[in-house]
Amino acid sequence: MRILLLAALIALAAPALADEAQIKLKDGPGKDAVETNCAACHSLDYIPMNSPFLDRGKWDATIKKMIGPLGAPIDAKDVPAILDYLTKNYGSS
Amino acid sequence: MLTRRQVLLGAAGGAIGSRLLWPELAFAAAPVTAGVPAGTAGEAVLDALPGKKPLIKLSYRPPNYETPLQYFNQVLTPNDAFFVRYHLSTIPELDAKTWRVKVGGDAAGTPAEYSLDDLKRGFEQVELVAVNQCSGNRRGLSQPHVQGVEWGYGAMGNARWKGVRLKDVLAKAGVKKEAIEVAFDGADEGATDKTPDFIKSIPIWRALEDSTMIAYEMNGQPLPHWNGFPARVIVPGWTGTYWMKHIVAINVLSKPQGGFWMNPAYRIPKGKFPLVDRFVTQETDANTPITEMVVNSLITGPANGQKVKAGQAVEVKGIAWDGGYGIQSVEVSTDGGRSWRPGQLGQDLGRYSFRPWSYRFTPGAGKHLVMAKATNRLGATQTMELLFNPAGYHNNVVQKVEVTAA
Repeated sequence: MRILLLAALIALAAPALADEAQIKLKDGPGKDAVETNCAACHSLDYIPMNSPFLDRGKWDATIKKMIGPLGAPIDAKDVPAILDYLTKNYGSS
Repeated sequence: MLTRRQVLLGAAGGAIGSRLLWPELAFAAAPVTAGVPAGTAGEAVLDALPGKKPLIKLSYRPPNYETPLQYFNQVLTPNDAFFVRYHLSTIPELDAKTWRVKVGGDAAGTPAEYSLDDLKRGFEQVELVAVNQCSGNRRGLSQPHVQGVEWGYGAMGNARWKGVRLKDVLAKAGVKKEAIEVAFDGADEGATDKTPDFIKSIPIWRALEDSTMIAYEMNGQPLPHWNGFPARVIVPGWTGTYWMKHIVAINVLSKPQGGFWMNPAYRIPKGKFPLVDRFVTQETDANTPITEMVVNSLITGPANGQKVKAGQAVEVKGIAWDGGYGIQSVEVSTDGGRSWRPGQLGQDLGRYSFRPWSYRFTPGAGKHLVMAKATNRLGATQTMELLFNPAGYHNNVVQKVEVTAA
C-alpha cells in the first residue's frame, strides 16, 4: 500500500520525492493507517522529527488540527488507530 | 527504484555531478544542531534539492531544508546553500515570461497586473542586503520541545536583494485612506483544496516603508526556484513568514486578513518580547503576530567541544543581526560569562544585514566556556534564559561553546 501510494505521489510530482521512499516508520499496529492518511498531505518524516516529546493529548490535538483548520481528508474510522500508533511509537511516554 | 543516494553509493568513479564533491554524504549523517529532539536528529539527512547544495533535510514534502553552519562564515549566504521553507506541498515551476503579479484589493484604487519586465521598467530598481530568517529558527532548541519544523541554527540566510519598492507599486495602483493591511499570496498550493492557502499580510505602514520590496534577484542572480522564483516579497527586519515566495497577488485591504496562517499561526504572547514594531490590526487580548526579529548572534567557530593548543591564539567568530536597527556591539566571554570583552565588528553591509564579528584570545590549559552576546542600537540584547512560548519563536539565548586547550 505504502509503496503504491509513494509511487503514485512520485509519478505526479517532482523527482525529489523519490527520497521520501527512504523514510521508515516504526512497525506496529496502525502504521498502515498513518501512512495512508498522513502521507496524503506531507512526507512522513514530520512524525519522527516531532518525537519523542508529544504525549497522547498532544498527538490527539495534532490530529484534530490536521482534520480541522488544516482540512486533512483523514478517514474518521482511522483516527483511533493513528492516535494509538503515534502515542506508542512516537510519544513521550 | 534507485534513489539519488543509492546512485551515489553505487557510482564510485562515475560522473554524477556535484554529489561526488560531498563524499560524507555516503553516510547520510546531517550536521544537526545539538539540542534538537532525538527524533529530529535521527531523521535529518544531508540532501540536495535540484539546484541546491546538500542541506540539512528536515522534511521532504513540503520541503524544509536548513543551511549547515559552515556557510555562515560568509556574510552573504550563497544562493545554492540558502535555506528552504515551505508550508504547502504543491510548488509550481513558474515561467518568468508568463508570470504576472496582480495588485488590487478593496482598498486599492485601480487594480493592475505586472510582468517581470513591467516591474523592472516601470519602477526604480533598488538593492538592499537583508537577513531572511524563519520565525521558527532554533525552534528545535526550545525546552520543553514544541511542535513544528525542528530547526537548529540554519533557518536563515543573508542576501543582497534587488527589486522594486512595494510602496512604488502600491502608489501606482493607489492606496485608499481606509487601507490597514497589505496581503500577499504566492503560487504554491496545499495538497488538497481544503488546505488553507498560505496568505500573509503586513500593516499598511510597513508595506509603505522604503525597505519593503518585491525582489527578483538575490546576490546578483535570479531567485532560485526554492527561494521564490521569479519574485518574492522581502520585509527586511521582519521574520520570513511575510517574505512571500512566488508572489502572484498583492491586495490592499480595509479589513484584517483572516485565515489559519495569520491566526492561530505565527503568534507570540503579547508583552513577552521587547519589540518596537506592532501589528495592531491583528492583535488579540492574548497574542500578536510575530513581527521584527530579536537581536541575536551565532558562533561559527570554534565548534563546541573543539580541542585547541594551550598558549596559542584562538579566533572566536560569528555573525550578529537584529530587526533592522543595526548591531552596536558583540561582546565575548571566554570564562562562562564572568567577564565580557568587546569583539571586533567586521564588514558593514547595512543595518538589515548579518554583521560579522571576531575575537582573539589565548587559552591556558583547561576548559574554556566561550559565549557571545550581541546588542543592537536600541540597546536590546540577547537573553541568558529562553523566553518560552508555545511556537518556539524568538530564541536568542546566548550560546555556550566549550573549548579544551592542552
